[in-house]
Amino acid sequence: MFDLTGKRALVTGASGGIGREIAKALAAAGAIVALSGTRVGALEDTAKEIGKDSPILPCNLSKLDDVDKLVPSAEAAMGGIDILVNNAGMTRDNLFMRMKDEEWDEVIAVNLTAAFHLNRAVLRSMMKQRFGRIIGISSVVGVMGNPGQGNYAASKAGLIGMNKALAHEVASRGITVNSIAPGFIASAMTDELNDKQREAILGTIPANRLGTAQEIAGCAVFLASDAAGYITGHTLNVNGGMAMI
Amino acid sequence: MSDVADRVRKIVVEHLNVDAEKVVEKASFIDDLGADSLDQVELVMAFEEEFSVEIPDDAAEQIQTFGDAVSFLTKAVG
Repeated sequence: MFDLTGKRALVTGASGGIGREIAKALAAAGAIVALSGTRVGALEDTAKEIGKDSPILPCNLSKLDDVDKLVPSAEAAMGGIDILVNNAGMTRDNLFMRMKDEEWDEVIAVNLTAAFHLNRAVLRSMMKQRFGRIIGISSVVGVMGNPGQGNYAASKAGLIGMNKALAHEVASRGITVNSIAPGFIASAMTDELNDKQREAILGTIPANRLGTAQEIAGCAVFLASDAAGYITGHTLNVNGGMAMI
Repeated sequence: MSDVADRVRKIVVEHLNVDAEKVVEKASFIDDLGADSLDQVELVMAFEEEFSVEIPDDAAEQIQTFGDAVSFLTKAVG
């Protein structure tokens, strides 16, 4: 039921953190996984960890010309796409009153506009094959808001809304469109927190620990699998109980 | 009946699951043949593939009936 043998996946932001674990987990479940990201070396490392042939497709998601080549390249490399994971994301934090237009635009472009373009690009073949799984990696910040992250919150909430609208449109064609909203996940970024910061964060998390990238990857495998065939337009909140919604 | 019309009718019948007799010149995909807007997009995709042509969005919007499709595609492949 969770087997993905024969499925072809494209994962953006596969060079590190959550994206890398998602790519590895999809591959472990049997899928062929095309890896996209900006850092080729890191993508090659991911491919090595996967241990089977994984097309490496470098792409800068802030450049729409590049974005629009990504799906055709992935389809050419794998013969089609069954699973798209819009995982790539970036932050440019600033207080609202100080936020520059460029900081807003850049985050919306990478986190939301690129996902729109990629979603649109995979629809044609997914509609034709009457099967598709689109998964957007949102954030608890998109659901709850967070000071200093107006741009990021907007992009991540936008992803959820966009995916719900698309889920309506294509549900009758066997395509599901869902989002995962991770809470605080252990990463290079959270490693840099000092004890006091860490304590403050943990105080808001009933599970009293950070999540792991594997715990997000497992959710992605579930949503991509036949087990989740009747789930669409959903947002899976994976946050240790930090926001029970 | 032209070859183009036959090929278009075959696609419409298969895609919308309707009787071939209902696919007449003035038959509107949405009003008469039960298509929804997504079906209409898929029909255009199928036409593009069958006839190896590209149908721009503004032209696709004008294709409302079987007759519209046949006349557009007749010109396009002409």
